Amino acid sequence: MPVTVRVPAQLRTLTGGVGEVPLDGSTVGEVLKALDAAHPGFGERLFDEAGQLRRFVNVFVADEDVRFLDGLDTAVTEGQTVSIVPAVAGG
Amino acid sequence: MPFVEGLKCRECARPYPAEALHVCEFCFGPLEVSYDYDAIRGSISRESIAAGRQSLWRYADLLPADATAPVDLGAGMTPLVRADRLAAELGLGELWIKNDTLNPTGSFKDRVVSVALTKARELGFKVAACASTGNLANSVAAHAARAGMESYVFIPHDLEQGKVVTSAVYGGNLIAVDGNYDDVNRLCAELTSEHPTWAFVNVNVRTYYAEGSKTLAFEVAEQLGWQAPDHVVVPIASGSQLVKIAKGFRELVTVGLLDEASVRISGAQADGCSPVATAFAEGTDHIRPQKPSTIAKSLAIGNPADGFYALDTVRKSGGAIGSVTDEEIVEGIRLLARTEGIFAETAGGVTIATLAKLAASGVVRKDERVVAYVTGLGLKTIEAVSGSCGPTATIKPTMEAFNQAVEVES
Repeated sequence: MPVTVRVPAQLRTLTGGVGEVPLDGSTVGEVLKALDAAHPGFGERLFDEAGQLRRFVNVFVADEDVRFLDGLDTAVTEGQTVSIVPAVAGG
Repeated sequence: MPFVEGLKCRECARPYPAEALHVCEFCFGPLEVSYDYDAIRGSISRESIAAGRQSLWRYADLLPADATAPVDLGAGMTPLVRADRLAAELGLGELWIKNDTLNPTGSFKDRVVSVALTKARELGFKVAACASTGNLANSVAAHAARAGMESYVFIPHDLEQGKVVTSAVYGGNLIAVDGNYDDVNRLCAELTSEHPTWAFVNVNVRTYYAEGSKTLAFEVAEQLGWQAPDHVVVPIASGSQLVKIAKGFRELVTVGLLDEASVRISGAQADGCSPVATAFAEGTDHIRPQKPSTIAKSLAIGNPADGFYALDTVRKSGGAIGSVTDEEIVEGIRLLARTEGIFAETAGGVTIATLAKLAASGVVRKDERVVAYVTGLGLKTIEAVSGSCGPTATIKPTMEAFNQAVEVES
C-alpha cells in the first residue's frame, strides 16, 4: 500500500533534504523498515536494540499517536500519512 | 551568555553548536546548554546579583542569551511569601508560596519566553511561535509585540476565554486548533520543520527557553537569604519546569552561591491528566500517554516531553508525585485564596491540593522548610471557581436589607 512518510528536519540529511517519502507497507513497522531500506540510517535512529521505537521518537498515523493505536503493528491504508516527530517539544 | 560553551545531547552527549537546535540528530534526545561553570564561578557573586536588575536577568551569567538588550517585560523577582495561615490548615511548619502569578502576563511563562525570544532575536529570527495551553500563548504574544516580532500562536480550540482574549489582544496571529494540546504540539513540531525561519519557543529554541525556569530556583534561594529550601512542590505539565528548578538549585552549589542544596522535589498533576503521577505510583520508568480530561488545562499535556526526566528527578530527590481531582483543584484554589490572599489559576489549585495530600500522608513534613510554586493567575481561569464563588447576598441599598441578609459578628 503506498503511504507517505513525513520526515522531520533533523533526519532530512538521510533523504537528501526531502521531507516526504512515498513508501509501501501494510503496518507502521513495515513502512519504517521500507524507509530504512530506501534511505539507510533511519533504522538505527528510530529503533533501540530491542527493535522498539526510541524513547524520544513519536510516530503518528493520520495524526494519531501510534501508542494509542497498535504501536508498530498499527495498520496503514493507502494514501495515509505516517509522521515521524521528535518527542521533545512543547510544555 | 558569555559562558555558554555549546549544546550537548542529554542522552548520548554528542556536542552541537549554540544554534536553534533542540534534539539530537542521532538519538532524538533533548539538547542541553553547556556552560563554563569555572568561569561563572569567577564572575558571579551574591553581591553582583543583588546589584543587578529587578528581573530574572540579574542571573544572566547562568542564562543562555545575551543580557545586554533582552526582550524583557520585567519577568521574575516575584514575591516569595511566608504562608503561615495555609501552613496551619495543612499541619505544616515553615511554608512559603512562590507567587509567580505576579509576572507581566500572569504566569511563569514570562521567564522562559523572555529568555527564548532574547536568544531567538540574537540568532536572527523575526517570527516568534509556540504551541500553548494558554499561559505561553499570552506570554509569546506579549513579548513578540514588545520586541516588534511577528507571532504565530497555536492553542487548543476549547481554552478558557480568559486565555484566548489575553493572547489575541497583542495583535499577533492566534490559531485555534480543533484538537487537544498534544495535537497542537504535534502540529507545531511538524511546522517547525517546514518553517525554519520561525522561532517556536518550545520547539526549535526550547533548549534556551527551558533554561528560564531555573530562575524559579535562583530567586527562591536568594529570597531565603541564600539558603535552599528542604522541599519544593511543583506542578507538572511537560515536566520541564520541575527538572529545571532542580537544575537551578544544583547550579547554585556548582558556582559557589550555595554551600549545599539537598532539596526534595515533589510534583503535582491533575487526576484527569496524570501520566507522570501514574508512572510514579506504578514504580515504572515508562510513561504512558493519556488523553487529558481536566479543568487544569494549563497542565493538560498527555504526552509530556520531559516526563521521564521529571520522574527521575523526583525519585532521586526523595520526593513524590501526587494527583488530585477537579473538585480538589477548585478547593485548592479557594484554600489558597482564603488563607493567603493569592488567587491562582487551576494549575495553582493542583499544586496546593497536592501539597495538602502530601502533607496529610507525611511526604511533606512539618519539620521541613517548604516552598510551593504557584505559577499562574486566577483571573485567567475564572470559570473554574465562578460556579462556587459569588456575592454573599444581593440586596436593596438599605440598612434594613443589609441587616436582614447578613449576620454581622461584631
